[in-house]
Amino acid sequence: MMPESGSFAAVALPHLDAAYNLARWLMGSADEAEDVVQEAMLRALTYFPSYRGVNARAWVLQIVRNTAMAALRMRRGLNLVPLAAEDCAPAPEPADSGDDPEAALIRARARQQLDGLLGTLPVELREALVLRELEELSYREIAQVTEAPIGTVMSRLWRARRMLAAAARQGDGP
Amino acid sequence: MDCDKALLVQAEFDGELDAAEAARLAAHREGCVPCRRRWRELAAARAALRGGATRHAASPALRRAVEARLAAAAADRPRRRPIRWWREALSFAAGAALVAVTLVAMPSGRQNLVAAVVDDHIRALQPGHLRDVVSTDQHTVKPWFDGRLDFAPPVKELAQAGFPLEGGRLDYLAGRTVAALVYTHGKHTIDLFVWPDRGATTAPASTARNGYNVIHWREHGMALWAVSDLERDQLREFVRLWRQMP
Repeated sequence: MMPESGSFAAVALPHLDAAYNLARWLMGSADEAEDVVQEAMLRALTYFPSYRGVNARAWVLQIVRNTAMAALRMRRGLNLVPLAAEDCAPAPEPADSGDDPEAALIRARARQQLDGLLGTLPVELREALVLRELEELSYREIAQVTEAPIGTVMSRLWRARRMLAAAARQGDGP
Repeated sequence: MDCDKALLVQAEFDGELDAAEAARLAAHREGCVPCRRRWRELAAARAALRGGATRHAASPALRRAVEARLAAAAADRPRRRPIRWWREALSFAAGAALVAVTLVAMPSGRQNLVAAVVDDHIRALQPGHLRDVVSTDQHTVKPWFDGRLDFAPPVKELAQAGFPLEGGRLDYLAGRTVAALVYTHGKHTIDLFVWPDRGATTAPASTARNGYNVIHWREHGMALWAVSDLERDQLREFVRLWRQMP
């Protein structure tokens, strides 16, 4: 038998990692992201009776995104300064046992650098890129989550990728 | 300088074009230096991001906190939906156990079929073997099966839900010719095998073999087997949406 099918937990909880990843990239810090996810899940529970049963992930992410945007607006209102990219980059991962520690360090640095670059993109470009490349959503799904027309999604992705490429080139330079 | 097809190149790269458009654009890229360069940049950016950027995962503490808050919210209205709340609590604690019980209960004859279904899926993933009819349109796929099968498989479109229909093919399973409907989700392929079975209706049961997840159920006189390397919960979601679709 299929347990729990149709319950809110069955619909929403499989997407908790995706929810957290999006919140983390929008908010910039783990604490704020966790707050956003918790609030978003409660909101989603409230909206659940009107959920139409299509694409749970996009539905959950849309609510997370709205919650995060509200939190960001509040933060701007309170004049809080967003954390610098270095502060919110994750700690370098420990080296794999038996691996060359130098190579592991280089990998960790590269990851930190890439996370930093992604973190500096304007928020609407960053979310498009995170949803496309890390969550592997389709244009239509990204359009739903960000409540933007598909043409806008396409041009945001385009700009995000160009900016990332330009920043990467600059970082490689002398 | 960018070619005016730059955004289309991006759409092709993101797998958003249908086969005909993608073929036209691939031909265009052959002769267009800026578009070829753009493609390489897109591929480099994707490789860097997917290999290098962090996909943050919810911490166990966050997961527990969310579950606890949902349980508390559900407990706030026990009179409204007591049965549902009970089932939710059960599913949190025992979801995995229930599935395990189902698996143990699967008869050994079933296990042979599971192996056959998974083997078939793996074979179909080899280049050029995936589908006999390529179409994202259920009204093309459905007639294609007519005349090739002695039954009409239920062909449903789930693109809106993130599981586009990619086509179909014929396969040989359980001693008969069966329909295989091919869906995708992101980079993952889902085969849905269908053939007539007069056995009683059964609820979906899941199992796994060689890293592939398998969900089997029977309804409307058909045996259905969904196979994919998708995570079990995602495959389960696919099955749920598919069954919901009229």
